[in-house]
Amino acid sequence: MTVDAPAQPELRAVVPPHRDTIARRGSVLLSKHPRLRLTLLLSAPLFWLGLVYIAALAALLITALWTVDTFTGTISQTWTLDNIITVLTGSLYQTVTVRTVGVAVLVTVIDIAVALPIAFYMAKVASPRWQRILVIAVLMPLWASYLVKAYAWRSVLSQDGIYEWLVAPFGGHTPGYGLPATIITLSYLWLPYVILPIYAGLERVPDSLLEASGDLGGKTGATLRLVVLPMIWPAIIAGSIFSFSLSLGDYITVNIVGGANQMLGNLVYTNVGAANNLPLAAAIALIPIVIIFGYLAVVRRTGALENL
Amino acid sequence: MTADQPAIRLTGLTKSFGAVNAVDGVDLDIAEGEFFSMLGPSGSGKTTVLRLIAGFEQPTSGTVSLLGQDVTNRAPFDRDVNTVFQDYALFPHMSVLDNVAYGLRVRGVSKRERHAQAQQALETVRLGGFGNRKPGQLSGGQRQRVALARATVVRPKVLLLDEPLGALDLKLREQMQVELKELQRELGITFIFVTHDQEEALTLSDRIAVFNEGRIEQLGTPAEIYDRPVSPFVAAFVGTSNIFTDALSRVLLGRGGIHTLRPEKISIGRTDAALATERTAAGTLAEVIYVGSSTRLIVDLDAGIRIVVLEQNDAHRVSEDERGSRVSIGWGDRDVVALEKSTAVAAEAGSAPADGQPGVPGTGHINGQVIGQSATEPTEPATETAR
Repeated sequence: MTVDAPAQPELRAVVPPHRDTIARRGSVLLSKHPRLRLTLLLSAPLFWLGLVYIAALAALLITALWTVDTFTGTISQTWTLDNIITVLTGSLYQTVTVRTVGVAVLVTVIDIAVALPIAFYMAKVASPRWQRILVIAVLMPLWASYLVKAYAWRSVLSQDGIYEWLVAPFGGHTPGYGLPATIITLSYLWLPYVILPIYAGLERVPDSLLEASGDLGGKTGATLRLVVLPMIWPAIIAGSIFSFSLSLGDYITVNIVGGANQMLGNLVYTNVGAANNLPLAAAIALIPIVIIFGYLAVVRRTGALENL
Repeated sequence: MTADQPAIRLTGLTKSFGAVNAVDGVDLDIAEGEFFSMLGPSGSGKTTVLRLIAGFEQPTSGTVSLLGQDVTNRAPFDRDVNTVFQDYALFPHMSVLDNVAYGLRVRGVSKRERHAQAQQALETVRLGGFGNRKPGQLSGGQRQRVALARATVVRPKVLLLDEPLGALDLKLREQMQVELKELQRELGITFIFVTHDQEEALTLSDRIAVFNEGRIEQLGTPAEIYDRPVSPFVAAFVGTSNIFTDALSRVLLGRGGIHTLRPEKISIGRTDAALATERTAAGTLAEVIYVGSSTRLIVDLDAGIRIVVLEQNDAHRVSEDERGSRVSIGWGDRDVVALEKSTAVAAEAGSAPADGQPGVPGTGHINGQVIGQSATEPTEPATETAR
């Protein structure tokens, strides 16, 4: 390197001067008016959220307060709490609610138990190459139709299905169609939604924290209990919200593999269709909404919602 | 505790990642109570050695002994060494006090007892009032001290520090260097300190191992490392050096071999001014760089090498001189160090093939400063006798 190399001005790039285009004027206008920027950014999503989403929920609540003329089958817009009271006191509704919540809780517990080791392996053990492969493998079932997967499980769990064939040599039998089959199928369906947030949560735990725990004398169990679990707790909650709320609203899987069992979704479905009682269906649909709101209120205290 | 047992003994320690030997047959004894530094550029294997001692990595071959006990196959939680991590690795969900008490907690110490001990450890690092905060609410220097308290509260035999001051700004770093030294004296435990900052290593250590490409290039006290480097690599990595190739040595020093000369050992004057030194050489002033306490002068010698000269500003005699003026430089023979090995910095001459092809001609940049061989001597590779 020579210190005083001759300067070579011709190498300097020529920067063209600004041209006064419409796009440029628009940009200037936007950069000068932050409120206008915000309005343009949010008006479309806010319209969608407000009208299509919130308004639909409000309409549901209002419909639940109307009633159906039993002779003509038309909705009469007279205000009454009858539907709500029926749903709250009717033994059918109580039983089905308890059953639905039970199924949703079990599905959530099973999914978390299965997702934790898989997500841990993906985030902390697998090589970057395997990590990518596993993420794709976890997402792959989502490419297939929900119905196809439910019917696949119906076939797997049938009396002469692959499950029976697999466990029969060990004296086992397929659970057949019923609530256990429903729980298995729903656990399968919602597993990716639980693995992904937990995987993302584990990715955010630096390896050095695990090493620091071991370095300070923490054995594997202590490290998992005192460092890993508290740090990924919000991610677990996020995953549980998916599996819990999706299970709570499901009615197709239980139809396909649930035998004669009904869940809340089935009651809504029959009241909308066969019974033609839209107000009662709306009242039933309020049950999972209330439960989810209750669940969210509980998990809000864990701080999990700040990490969703 | 036997006094003659080294705190840490590494024998034939090798760690390969695929085809690369990150650590290549390191033998090393570190005495008890020593402040030992492992110095080297990034990728030289110093951090890997530290992780092998801590147990985060398993060696491909070789052993790690702690106070005479072979701990090579023990898990990190089974070794009496603790680490201060480069990113501090504080648990973000725990309070500062719980962070410090963690090592005691997993050892089954009662809450009351461990909080008392942790509080005491926090006081030693002058953070007594910060126990209830979360790590996220502390500054970098405070987090650094929490990490120190957390690692020392469990009374390890050896404390490993992985570039612990790297993330701090200069003032804080200098302050923390003093605190580290004091803490080490207070606790009397062995510190193994990994750094790429040669000044930090020189300031803090009792002994330094200079790492290069997975091996220890030189082992010695700071003075030995700085004053008697064994190779162009050490001479250039620790401080700034003027390195004379074999041919230049013959011209300037009258003897063969590779030699090095520190910039501050050279005096400089006008050409006509008589320099009262054993050896003199004439040249042209290429650049004058003012660096506050001193001035750095870059001189192109007529012999065909660019030399760096560092002059204290109170003794500056050529302040009037400008680029292009003629100067003469002088030095004493005892300040010239003959280098035993010829390992050069990997980025330049070291990367030249050893089969007689020319090395990288011209000047190199070491520590951001121009040094090295002449542009007119392109066929004198420093690696002709590469190991």
